[in-house]
Amino acid sequence: MNKRKKYVGLERKKAIAGYIFIAPFIIGFLLFMVKPLLQSLYMSFCTVSLSAGSTEMTWAGLKNYKFTFTVDPEFTSLLGTEVLRMVIYSLAIIVFSFFMALILNQKFKGRALVRAVFFLPVILSSGVMIGLESNNQLIANLQNSIETTTTGISVTDALQTILRTTAGSSGVAGKVFDALFEIIDNIYDVALASGIQIIIFISGLQTISPSMYEAADIEGCTKWESLWKITFPAISSLFLVNWVYTVVDFCMRTDNEVIKKIQEIMLQNLDYGTAASMSWVYFIIVIAFVGITSGIMSKGVYYYD
Amino acid sequence: MTKNKSNIVKVSFWERNRKSGGYVLKKKLMDIGVSIARFILLFGLCFLILQPIFNKISVSFMTEADLYSPVVISIPQHFTTENYKMAADVMNYSKGLVNTLVISFTIAVVQIVVCTLVGYGFARFKFPLKSFWFACVMLTILIPPQVISNSLYLHFKFFDILGIIKLIKGVPLNLNGSPVPYYLMSAGCMGLKNGLYIYMIRQFFRNIPNDMEEAAYVDGCNTVRTFFTIMLPEAKPIITSCFLFAFVWQWTDGFYSKMFLGNTTLLSTSLARLVDGLAAYLMRITGVQTSVSVAFSNCILATGVLMLIAPLIILYLFAQRQFVESISASGIKM
Repeated sequence: MNKRKKYVGLERKKAIAGYIFIAPFIIGFLLFMVKPLLQSLYMSFCTVSLSAGSTEMTWAGLKNYKFTFTVDPEFTSLLGTEVLRMVIYSLAIIVFSFFMALILNQKFKGRALVRAVFFLPVILSSGVMIGLESNNQLIANLQNSIETTTTGISVTDALQTILRTTAGSSGVAGKVFDALFEIIDNIYDVALASGIQIIIFISGLQTISPSMYEAADIEGCTKWESLWKITFPAISSLFLVNWVYTVVDFCMRTDNEVIKKIQEIMLQNLDYGTAASMSWVYFIIVIAFVGITSGIMSKGVYYYD
Repeated sequence: MTKNKSNIVKVSFWERNRKSGGYVLKKKLMDIGVSIARFILLFGLCFLILQPIFNKISVSFMTEADLYSPVVISIPQHFTTENYKMAADVMNYSKGLVNTLVISFTIAVVQIVVCTLVGYGFARFKFPLKSFWFACVMLTILIPPQVISNSLYLHFKFFDILGIIKLIKGVPLNLNGSPVPYYLMSAGCMGLKNGLYIYMIRQFFRNIPNDMEEAAYVDGCNTVRTFFTIMLPEAKPIITSCFLFAFVWQWTDGFYSKMFLGNTTLLSTSLARLVDGLAAYLMRITGVQTSVSVAFSNCILATGVLMLIAPLIILYLFAQRQFVESISASGIKM
């Protein structure tokens, strides 16, 4: 009995120590996350007027939300295109980074160099650089001049016209082709956004023991079959991690049109109430999207133990 | 066995090919084909990633006349370093560089110290509501800072702790524009991507075997001493790499810098204002109202971007291993 009591005491001591260790997070979370979050939720139901020394909030019910959805001319269409772009690009990034990880995991000369180059965008195209990159007209002109001098020899263009004419531009197939070709045209953006994902996939691939492949090879399994029967299930949990990371990363980019719109309303129109309601709409849509898709994906994830 | 092996080596390639019924040749050709295809693919993609940097380098050495010249595409006709001087003047480069260095370094130190403590707490202790708090960490990763940015802005504009400051000074403090709020937020793990660092550090600590810690406890170490002398040296690689990430991402960050550090000259924020600042700068020098052409302002912008990332590229060249290998070391799994 005495021994048991002591054990409880030690456990209690460790629990207190644990709380002391995570105390900074709890304080920060309550002060700088929960409080502003609740305040912005409250603000989204209010008309906020700024005066010297204080803010006045008067309850306005659903007025801001009505404004967001029915009056503001840009917001709903921006939201639609942005969410669609998020879905398409996240899928493309996942597929791209998976196959790049498969290639970069093979043994060949100069592998370290290639890996370093692929990881470079994680450092170089973050923060302010993303917005600047996309509207630099001079660089775009340079690329255009290269493109115009090489027209007619582009394989993708020829393929695109062939597929377009056979599939027609109106049906579902036409839409899918359009989305696909948009991604191929913007492969630069996809490659830039997949640095971390590639590294995560590579780290997963290295944990698969080579003896599994060897056994499969002896049993007469082709490379293609072992890709889907061994590699894919073994790193399926990483698909979930990467998916969440990609979606979240995508909706926090600074060149996101919805975010730009919200900041414009907040800083130029000084309409804090509407800005809050818009950001809550966006936030809830993103959270719901992440929740639903990762819920579906986690059913397909395979765990060894 | 060894005798047998040396026999095989002596047999010529074509002999072996004939014996295997063409299989060896087929495999060899296949291997060569795969490596050629892989080389083309990887070369193309690497070129794609690096090309904008090369473009910027070539543009940054051009004079304005070169930008319009139809003959010049990537190699400048009149080589000049004037663009660098101008961009440095407009961006206030030397002051911005020092400020950015100081801010990025101190912020990264604060964030990583706190995140290490929290990550260790989550990895190594059992306490009530642990999974709830960890869910909160995941939530901070998911919430875009833009959602709370407007109320944070007001929060710091009328900053007060339970009305104490209002009692003393009469009005609440306006902390906007000073770096204090950002340091406070970093100390509370709410800075840029701090949830991610906590997650990575926790993942690393979880993989360290329990025995080491228990041995330390048995030998009479208390919790604090165990942490500093046993666990911290073990976690050096992940802490270094998280520090590097925090440093680099803070360096290029535009969102938090613009919101909290608006009055401090930072490279990232002055880069964002570079194009607007250029016209005013030219007017101040020449005394004449001039409009800057799009091509020239983009040229200066490219130069500015190069000047922003140059220190980071140097850092990456030296610390490439720490950046890449740490993520694999942490063994991220859900």
